[in-house]
Amino acid sequence: MNTKFKLFSYDRVDTAIHRLSGLTKLICFLFLSFAVIYSYDIRVILLVMAFSIAILMVSKIKFSQIKLMVVYVVIFLVTNAVISFFFSPEMGSELLGTRTVIGELYGRYDLTAEQVLYQVTKLFKYASVIPLGMIFLLTTNPSEFASSLNSVGVNYNAAYAVSLTLRYFPDMQRDYRDISLAQQARGLDLSHKAPFKDRFKNALLIIIPLIFSSLDRIELISNAMDLRGFGKNKTRTWYTSRKFTRQDYTAILISALIFLATIAVSIFINQSRFFNPFK
Amino acid sequence: MDMNPIIEFKDFTYQYFSQAHPTLHDINLAIYPGEKILIVGPSGSGKSTLGYCINGLIPFAYKGEITGSLAVNGRATADQNIFELSKQVGTVLQDSDGQFVGLTAGEDIAFALENENLPVEPMRDRVRRVAGMVGMEALLKSSPFELSGGQKQRTSLAGVMVHDVDILLFDEPLANLDPATGKVAIEIIDDIQRKSGKTIVIIEHRLEDVLHRHVDRVIVLDDGRIVADLNAHDLVSSQILTNCGIREPLYVTALKYADVKVKPEIDPGYITTLECESTKKDLVAWQKSIVVDERENTNPSILRMADVTFSYDGERNVLEDIGFDIREGEMVSLVGKNGAGKSTLSKLLCGFEKQDRGQIFFRGEDIAYKTIKERAEIIGAVLQNPNQMISKPMIYDEVALGLRFRGVDESEIQERVEKVLKVCGLSPFIEWPISALSYGQKKRVTIASILVLDPKILILDEPTAGQDYRHYTDIMEFLVDVNKLGVTIILITHDMHLMLEYTPRAIVLSEGKLIADTDASVVLTDAEIIRKANLKETSLYNLAQKIGIEDGARFVQNFIDYERRIKNR
Repeated sequence: MNTKFKLFSYDRVDTAIHRLSGLTKLICFLFLSFAVIYSYDIRVILLVMAFSIAILMVSKIKFSQIKLMVVYVVIFLVTNAVISFFFSPEMGSELLGTRTVIGELYGRYDLTAEQVLYQVTKLFKYASVIPLGMIFLLTTNPSEFASSLNSVGVNYNAAYAVSLTLRYFPDMQRDYRDISLAQQARGLDLSHKAPFKDRFKNALLIIIPLIFSSLDRIELISNAMDLRGFGKNKTRTWYTSRKFTRQDYTAILISALIFLATIAVSIFINQSRFFNPFK
Repeated sequence: MDMNPIIEFKDFTYQYFSQAHPTLHDINLAIYPGEKILIVGPSGSGKSTLGYCINGLIPFAYKGEITGSLAVNGRATADQNIFELSKQVGTVLQDSDGQFVGLTAGEDIAFALENENLPVEPMRDRVRRVAGMVGMEALLKSSPFELSGGQKQRTSLAGVMVHDVDILLFDEPLANLDPATGKVAIEIIDDIQRKSGKTIVIIEHRLEDVLHRHVDRVIVLDDGRIVADLNAHDLVSSQILTNCGIREPLYVTALKYADVKVKPEIDPGYITTLECESTKKDLVAWQKSIVVDERENTNPSILRMADVTFSYDGERNVLEDIGFDIREGEMVSLVGKNGAGKSTLSKLLCGFEKQDRGQIFFRGEDIAYKTIKERAEIIGAVLQNPNQMISKPMIYDEVALGLRFRGVDESEIQERVEKVLKVCGLSPFIEWPISALSYGQKKRVTIASILVLDPKILILDEPTAGQDYRHYTDIMEFLVDVNKLGVTIILITHDMHLMLEYTPRAIVLSEGKLIADTDASVVLTDAEIIRKANLKETSLYNLAQKIGIEDGARFVQNFIDYERRIKNR
């Protein structure tokens, strides 16, 4: 195989973050995400974001690994910002309860400081969840991922399905490539030259053989799993699950504190989820 | 033996609900603890079904009607569930890649223990211990993509041995392995049985390869019935194998050609036990009687590769300085172990990838500028799994697809499709849906769908993989017919019988380099090439050595020529 494909390109690098158990990382991810989702205080959000970028550095994730994801996120955020402004230009003032016009645009569209703050805050909210998600995905062994899903209460059948998908995805991908080449040799045109209405039909010519050749495989896998007792008990253990170490507890403690601190800021300092400097 | 049988079938009949007739009839079979049993039979004989009955997939996963009884460890399987049975019977399925459910070898071995809720610490210990038994302890962290076929099979074996099972059931363990790895697999099974005393049941149609090591009894199934229950010596001395369409060991065929009376007294079951003194004279005389068949192919060149080098990543060359010249009308095999560069070579020929250096000539003309689509009209490639190529529900449409893509008009399409279906023996099925066809017929459909484009060269990847002797012969004789029509054929294969019987010439790749381009009989008798390409010497060569014939390659070649001549007569 020329391309050793790894989904989310999980790398076996050895850093403090990689050494944490998958469950720890999932819990930390959830704490920190909830913190930024709950809070509309840009100061808090920027702090969490700075923290997660620092962690991103510690875990030695290279920019090339996340480049594509970052590009998609930026496109999404910009589109989202433009659309939200056009649909609800007054959202910021409604939420914050004040209205400070800093520029008049066309018709009912006024630019208010509240709106700018609200949108910038929202932008950073999304933007700070992304590095967290990437850290989790890129530093967690895929099977540990399944076992951690199971330990936070996801049914093990569903969690194992995640692991199986990761296991067989490269096989499917290789099959897809082989089938696609064989069909191209027969004359299938996959280029953009083909008329749009044909492209769907052409895609079917690859997908149908892919489905049929995968059906054989599914029967085999389910037999192999039955024969080794899958589904026998209500619970199962996981070979890849790790014992919690002090580092794990520390990591969970830190993220829990950040989460609580965020809530505390909302309750005691802002007296609401929103931070309004324009009052 | 006055022990109680560990597996006992009594008047056992089984019919799948989806079938009109029983697959197994009146099976009476007792297997005793510590025995090593081989079950052989052609495709459709019911041998896999028999295995499913033992491991509980029947009736757990495949529903059907059972009469009579089957007991494992003295308890009727009807009263047990598949999970209870899985702790007594460990099954290694034939596709060791497909059944690899873990993301690493260690995880895969641990799978059964995870399902038992074993805590992690003892689980790791047990995995390490069992991995040690099959020589996988250093590879526990490897992913399936980093493991060879043999290593995956060892992983599967360890995965069922984590439970202290009494019975190990192997369902066609050799099907996906190259000859050298297959040989090692049989040795591992044998060693485990010797060390642990477990009962071993091997289901396989490649008799000769399993008989590389001793088995206690061979059970022959045909048409759902047990037709023989013999030791290896008695079996190869009988007519049973020929009658059921199972290939007998090649050296036995040679003995028969030489008019040696094959009888149990000469211990003919294994090449190692064969008694030679009495057979020597006849064999030497037969060998001398064969007129050397000199047929040089003097046709002009159709495909030439010159100094072709290719790398996927620009660092490691997958192919290096490959050069060969194939003449029109030849039938050549391309061999080498997995990763040697065979499929890459075929991708270069089809234009799916482009060589970094060197040239490919078709009838003396460099084809570098031709697109994938144009190449397909010269060189057609057939994938191993027909399901990967079939994309239309009806045979006619499937075969016509390539022509429709090329905008050929319907009347000409009809003419060409009908013609090619006739060549492929598929005319009676022209209006049939493909789903109604057997594996071999589907294979023919895929070949037809390529042939309809009228390529001058056909490349087939393992055309007979997983086929029993009869289907193998069907497919290969069909390819011989295609070859006679003037199509040059290149076969990518691990099958040494195929090489010997059908391709006079073999091109051998190893680590991206061409290490041999010569007669198949020479390749399969050269220890160095055999080692590098993960092949196994043919038993004909072992026979020649045993009786002291110096020129082993000549002996093998004589056998092939002799066989071809009687077949053509």
